[in-house]
Amino acid sequence: MIRFEPRTGISPARSMGLRLLAVAAALALAAIPLGVAGAPILPAYAAMLQGAAGSVFALTETLARATPLIFTGLSAAIAFRARLYNIGAEGQLYLGALAAVAVGSGAVAGPPALLVPLVLLAAAAAGAALMLGPTFLKGRFGVDEVVTTLLLNFVVLLFIQMMLEGPFKDPMGGGWPQSEPILPEAALPPLVERMRLHAGLPIGIVLCLLAHVLISRTVLGLRIRAVGENPAASAYAGIPVLRTLLTVGAVSGALAGLAGASEVAGLKGNLTADLSRGFGYAGIVVAMIAGLQPLAVVPAALLVAGVFVGADTMSRSHGVSSYIADLIVALALLCVLVAGLFVRFKVRWERA
Amino acid sequence: MSLPALRIRGVTKRFGPLVANEAVDLDLARGEILALLGENGAGKTTLMNILFGHYVADEGTIEVADEAGALRPLPAGSPGAALAAGIGMVHQHFALAESLSVIENVVLGTRPLLAPGLGLRAARRRLDTLMRDSGLRVDPNRRVGALGVGEKQRVEILKVLHRGARILVLDEPTAVLAPQEAEQLFGILRRLRGQGLSVIFISHKLGEVAALADRVAVLRAGRKVADQPVAGADKTALAALMVGREVVPSRRVPQAPGPALLVLDRVSVPGERGRPGLVEASLTIHGGEILGIAGVSGNGQAELAGLLAGMKTSSVGTVRLAGQAIPPGPAGAVASGIGRIPEDRHRDGAVGSLGVAENLALETLSSPDVQRWGFLRFGRMRETASRAISAYDIRCPGPEAPVRLLSGGNMQKVILARAFESHPRLVLADQPTRGLDVGAAGEVHRRLLEARNRGAGILLISEDLDELLAISDRIAVMAGGRLSEPQAVENVTLAELGLKMAASGTGQDRAAA
Amino acid sequence: MSAILDILASASFWAAALRIATPLMFGVLGALICERSGVLNLGIEGIFTAGAMAGWLAVHLGADLWTGVLAAALTGAVFGLLLALLTVPLGLSQHVAGIGVTLLATSLAYFTYRVVLPTASTPPRIEPFGPVRLPVLSDLPFLGPALFSQTPLTFLALTLFGLVAFVLYRTPLGLAIRAAGENPAAVEAQGLDVHLVRIGAVVTGSAVMALGGAFLTMSAFNAFFFEMTGGRGWICIALTVFASWRPGKALLGAILFGAFDAFQLRLQHEVAGAVPSQVFLMLPYLLSIAALCLVARRADYPKALMIPYVKGQR
Repeated sequence: MIRFEPRTGISPARSMGLRLLAVAAALALAAIPLGVAGAPILPAYAAMLQGAAGSVFALTETLARATPLIFTGLSAAIAFRARLYNIGAEGQLYLGALAAVAVGSGAVAGPPALLVPLVLLAAAAAGAALMLGPTFLKGRFGVDEVVTTLLLNFVVLLFIQMMLEGPFKDPMGGGWPQSEPILPEAALPPLVERMRLHAGLPIGIVLCLLAHVLISRTVLGLRIRAVGENPAASAYAGIPVLRTLLTVGAVSGALAGLAGASEVAGLKGNLTADLSRGFGYAGIVVAMIAGLQPLAVVPAALLVAGVFVGADTMSRSHGVSSYIADLIVALALLCVLVAGLFVRFKVRWERA
Repeated sequence: MSLPALRIRGVTKRFGPLVANEAVDLDLARGEILALLGENGAGKTTLMNILFGHYVADEGTIEVADEAGALRPLPAGSPGAALAAGIGMVHQHFALAESLSVIENVVLGTRPLLAPGLGLRAARRRLDTLMRDSGLRVDPNRRVGALGVGEKQRVEILKVLHRGARILVLDEPTAVLAPQEAEQLFGILRRLRGQGLSVIFISHKLGEVAALADRVAVLRAGRKVADQPVAGADKTALAALMVGREVVPSRRVPQAPGPALLVLDRVSVPGERGRPGLVEASLTIHGGEILGIAGVSGNGQAELAGLLAGMKTSSVGTVRLAGQAIPPGPAGAVASGIGRIPEDRHRDGAVGSLGVAENLALETLSSPDVQRWGFLRFGRMRETASRAISAYDIRCPGPEAPVRLLSGGNMQKVILARAFESHPRLVLADQPTRGLDVGAAGEVHRRLLEARNRGAGILLISEDLDELLAISDRIAVMAGGRLSEPQAVENVTLAELGLKMAASGTGQDRAAA
Repeated sequence: MSAILDILASASFWAAALRIATPLMFGVLGALICERSGVLNLGIEGIFTAGAMAGWLAVHLGADLWTGVLAAALTGAVFGLLLALLTVPLGLSQHVAGIGVTLLATSLAYFTYRVVLPTASTPPRIEPFGPVRLPVLSDLPFLGPALFSQTPLTFLALTLFGLVAFVLYRTPLGLAIRAAGENPAAVEAQGLDVHLVRIGAVVTGSAVMALGGAFLTMSAFNAFFFEMTGGRGWICIALTVFASWRPGKALLGAILFGAFDAFQLRLQHEVAGAVPSQVFLMLPYLLSIAALCLVARRADYPKALMIPYVKGQR
């Protein structure tokens, strides 16, 4: 029989090591479907590594792909800390992107110093607003937020399609359902000329630092940790549980909204209904790999982005479907979840 | 000697470095009631969990008599095997599914899972016979969730009898009963003994051991330190054996009460799930007194405690603390000087993953000792915690150690430290010693008396009458949501308390029906 | 107004309602089995997709339709086993593990599809289940075309409801499942293995869910598309709460939902152009959220739902 003995403490390095081991395990497991698909496993993984980090261009691609994942990963990490399971980052991302386009494509004029913050603020507000409903329903009536946020993802995507075919449709778009482009003054500036890397990345990194300080050093952070671990005891101690949850929900939604702004204002230039390649869901995996630690979100996002970017290369060179990336990421989530057991407990096999 | 029913030899069980049972031998005869006496943590429950197959012993053997009376080894680690060998166990926390009916709880697991029917008709007939023979009465069609505590216990015993058990293990069965209900239970157990049932009765109360058992075995720190017939046993000697030293109970020195501090005037608090709640309770607590509230759980205590803790609001009536209304919510209660010790320290008291220092700070997050501009002042929090750790003798690796790693007694000390930190005017102590060993309980009593002596008013809610009689100045009884007129402890007798508890002690059952 | 009445009075409307309700019936029934034992199965959306894929693939590769149904059920059972192992003996977060299983099952289904058909842009069709003709019943006026013109999978779903209700309320197994979701200690105290009961319930429930997916590819659309499940799994989770974990109410809920969906489809037809189609497409999701909120206050959750059970610890 398995016995779990609580650990008194585990070093952050060891805990991170266990999570990395879990990702390695996910890669090893993904070799099975790769093999079944007829791909040579080691060369395929080599191509993946090459595509993710084999050149300066590859690295910048990975960094560009990591940018939205930092936002959505941080969004999930903070929410999950309070045991608020926000699975709606996908929807919040889209609504944030829509708000960014609404503000940044000509509705407001001004210099970049005004427009860029305005675009980001609008996106954050939209994402936050979307998350407040499910958070309130959970805190007040006990409605499972996982189900409501998931269902809202579908509603938002339909809403986006409706907007792109209606009021937001670009008259110059040749009939495609896409929004008008973001004004150059409202766009996040590129970090390197002619590369896809943009100012969203440093913004995301700074937000991770801020979130780290928030969670570990402030009263609000202590409230969040207390409410996540034991809402009953928190309420008994006089912590406003619902208000804390609403704050967390708003922050989490805002971060996911920023992911949308970062994509449209930094990378794509306009909004289409296929803006996100599951960044919202991948953010959950990023957060879990990071052990819900804001500082670890950046490397975790790089790792997941590397898998996605590398898988595209692998797909081209070995003819394997790029869905292998989604498969690896899903496996990584489950492996990291299991690894969490070893972080919290000494796991022993023994007689009962 | 009479026929053996059970023979335990040399049972040892270790959990990591902790030795829960060490070379324990135990015999039980047919038709015998054996009391297993010991403090919390002495290893009684572990031993019974080994007997029932929840744990496997590291060493030792268990043999159980079969129907013909021959001793046979009991397969380890299987509750199913224990049940098949005729062992039935009634845990302190009942193992009942509340949304199911009594009869469904009784037949659960008695037929092969893939059998086509539940066999309710036959089970009901058998249950009728059992109820007639044993005197345990309960309506088989009622939902278990609607039953009172005493009735639930009857269901648990009936479950065991229905499976044809020859050995019945009862873990602290009287902890939840009013004295009269306990008396009834003893009558039933004597009757069952007459029918050949063997009973192991786990307890830490010497009085009831003397009243009921034939023989008593004492466990201390995992070892059996005594095993003798009850007739002629010396209570004081047993108590010393159980604790390992002379027991010096906390003594209350009478003192004149101060001015009225907390005044409840016909206050009602609605109950949950059809419980009566608090019904038109009027009550005055003075500074410098401990007012004890006796009664069986579920008779309105939770609502009274919730009201003072700021977790519940009254529907009718007024509450005044030193003449002032108490601001709403738990923060309001803390701000007006109420120190609170919750009934369930794991659920409401401590946040397990947070450290001692953070748990101590939880009630006062806006104080300048905890934060400046929203940032935590770790230095000050650590100082406060270090002071509390030495003042309250909290055994922990340090101020940052997560409290989930602390023992029950030490966790309770953290909560005491938090409640007493700001020198409260009023202290709400809701079952403050539940599950603590004698040493830790004594520490809690000492702190409560200390607060009383310096002029605080204390509301002590407890199911332990000995505790109430030892440290309360006045005692009131809660039954069916109503509060009796408090009486000075000098004028109160156990029998009288029991009568009041039982008078409407089944109020809960009626309300739920 | 008369347009609405016309819709409600047409046999084809009710036939459509039942058809739309069928995958939900499987899903809500599977979710109910899992949750009654104490495990929330958020793998449902992925299990739908995997079931849809497995059933379609089996038939595409030459198996007959019922073998396809079996393949779907087995696929669901395998993912159910994975979820059960993670959440029952290991006691991991049912929320995160469920999302993980959904992501895994979905990506594995898509990956497999691409392995079989690396480049196809239009998915190949299979010959789906046709409507069964029941003697007498199918010939009844109105009721015949409205209720008895369905494919075999719809009748299978209805039969399963009866079977599951019987097992849950009339057999020792069902009693053990209900007790495991209520107070696992009660189950163990009676000598049963809580973990086995829960694992069994999750595996069975997942197999039933997968049939909902199979219905999509083998009765409704006769091909496999990406994102074809469209959140039906999450809707089923909401419906389970709405139905208070009772099979009868769950069936009613699924059919009501189907009727609503069929109704909005027709209404969409009526007012084509005036209102964007997306507004109608949003309605099922919004309705699910509304249904959740409606019952949230008085929802009678299985008490041990989402609480892992550690043996010997009480």
